[in-house]
Amino acid sequence: MSLGESFARAGTENRALLLPYGMAGLPGAAASVELFAAMAEAGADGFEVGIPYADPLMDGPVIQEAGARAIAGGMTLAGGLEVASQVAERTGLPCFVMTYVNPILRMGVDAFSRRAAAAGVQAIIVADLPVDEAGPFREAAAAAGIGVVAFAAPTTTDDRLDLIAEWRPPFVYGIAEMGVTGERAHSSDRSSALVERIRARTDVPVVLGVGISGPEAARRAASIADGVIVGSALVRRVLQAENPGAASTAVSAAVAELASAVRR
Amino acid sequence: MTAPARPDERGRFGEYGGRFAPETLMPALAELEAAFVAAREDPAFCAGLETLLRDFVGRPTPLYRAARLSEELGLDLLLKREDLAHTGAHKINNTVGQGLLARRMGKPRVIAETGAGQHGVATATACALLGLECEVFMGAVDVARQALNVERMLMLGAKVTPVTSGAGTLKDAVSAALRDWVATVESTHYIIGSVVGPHPFPWIVREFQRVIGEETITQLGDRRPDLVVACVGGGSNSMGMFFPFVGKGVDLVGVEAAGHGIATGRHGASLSAGSPGVLHGARTYLLQDEQGQVLEAHSISAGLDYPGVGPEHAYFKDQGLARYESATDGEALDAMDLLSRTEGIIPALEPAHALAWVWRERAALAGKTVVLCLSGRGDKDVAEAAAARGRR
Repeated sequence: MSLGESFARAGTENRALLLPYGMAGLPGAAASVELFAAMAEAGADGFEVGIPYADPLMDGPVIQEAGARAIAGGMTLAGGLEVASQVAERTGLPCFVMTYVNPILRMGVDAFSRRAAAAGVQAIIVADLPVDEAGPFREAAAAAGIGVVAFAAPTTTDDRLDLIAEWRPPFVYGIAEMGVTGERAHSSDRSSALVERIRARTDVPVVLGVGISGPEAARRAASIADGVIVGSALVRRVLQAENPGAASTAVSAAVAELASAVRR
Repeated sequence: MTAPARPDERGRFGEYGGRFAPETLMPALAELEAAFVAAREDPAFCAGLETLLRDFVGRPTPLYRAARLSEELGLDLLLKREDLAHTGAHKINNTVGQGLLARRMGKPRVIAETGAGQHGVATATACALLGLECEVFMGAVDVARQALNVERMLMLGAKVTPVTSGAGTLKDAVSAALRDWVATVESTHYIIGSVVGPHPFPWIVREFQRVIGEETITQLGDRRPDLVVACVGGGSNSMGMFFPFVGKGVDLVGVEAAGHGIATGRHGASLSAGSPGVLHGARTYLLQDEQGQVLEAHSISAGLDYPGVGPEHAYFKDQGLARYESATDGEALDAMDLLSRTEGIIPALEPAHALAWVWRERAALAGKTVVLCLSGRGDKDVAEAAAARGRR
């Protein structure tokens, strides 16, 4: 199913899309594919497949640790695209890959875009790529027939939101909480104002992520956004699990709860 | 040839630099650039900075002819004595300037990264002076090998946060500071310690450090050196020294850390042995593997233990405005001893790399006039050097 169709269907079903993040290669390449498949069974609507980078400036301790373990296990950018390809094939759900600029530059922006498209990836998310630097990435992705997601943060000024609206990305990744990825004890509720400011400028879907720790936060995000990304809360369960089977059980249970939370 | 006075509107020096930063930080980077542009045009800001540089930092620092060492080397060696600046290194030039900017922007909290601890001490000092809250991120390995500077920072009222991710050195400290900033950017200014990071940092830090080269030119008067040499980690003392000399017919030589030797892969020579990529928000030369993962650097000098380099240096290298050489851990230790015993000046291990290169090249440099940026003093490295000599 295409991402656009997914958003449309979720709209008619009066819910937001649940888009869990998982780390390619954690706890192993094949095991990570199994985890995504289990999350699909549990009610996920699509996936953000994380491809590990050793210096992830936008990520907190959980995803840093997950990335370090995946890299130690031999995961690479090409390997991450292969995981995404298998996930897309197995689940039939929309997949995005998330990584950082430097591994993509190393592979080559054009080659990466072509390989991501061939893997069935619908969009790429690059954490250290603001609109100002995105030009070459957007051109290469467009030529390959995929999209580049734009970020908007509570600090993003209106004139920057105008640039993002002109961009017309597949969706806007609204940063729900200030700071890097990770679970929060409290939420700040700065996301409503952000979503309003984005919606005043563009009709592209808005997906909220960063700091959405559990069903309560997911419910609030789903009440204002078209999609919800949950990462660290799930990846932490994988890191804490004693074996892949236990990881799958823990993550499935969490995803099932979140899937019911995103129904309005 | 000349170098551009400032990077282009996208923050680029040629194809290097830029702003590869999380969106959350982008408005703060624009705010910082605007504040800096306005401050430079504000006579009160400039006068305030000038007064502090003179009365607090102790500028101008001397340009000192090292007579005995000149004789030993067979050339004329002039030392720009940044080791005599307050806190013992050139880092204070930048932290006083950026501290004033933080206050101007109404940000009560400052964060910084530090490797050798010199930038951390300089930031803690500026914050104490200006009444700003200060937190310094420092790799856990560096906390252990730079205990003196950790104590200085604590005494100055700063909080020192050890960073255990990665190798626990300077790269990881920069990453940790940037991550803190992503959460706290609305009330916090990040005083980055070198000519690295996303635009406008490389430009701002160069502008606050160019006083080194400008003073040197004034102090030289009618004399023109044949060569100016400085060590390069991130590259702030060297860029501050080099920039005013561009186009003046003087050879500019940056000396990177060759660590155990370039061939061993255990070094910090990103310009000599790295390739272009993006690290900490800027496109520049860096040490990376074939997957685009940034490698750990190695140097006996914590201040040169960094796998990237300022983007303006990358531009200088490609344009031939400067050339970049390297010196090993062992050569730097020997140079530290050499300067100590011939001149009564114990240098930091960082500028000892620059002197090590001069020593190695002394035959080719015979009879020439060489200006060396002595970027810091060596107290902080005494324990490290003693351990390397087997004396502890």
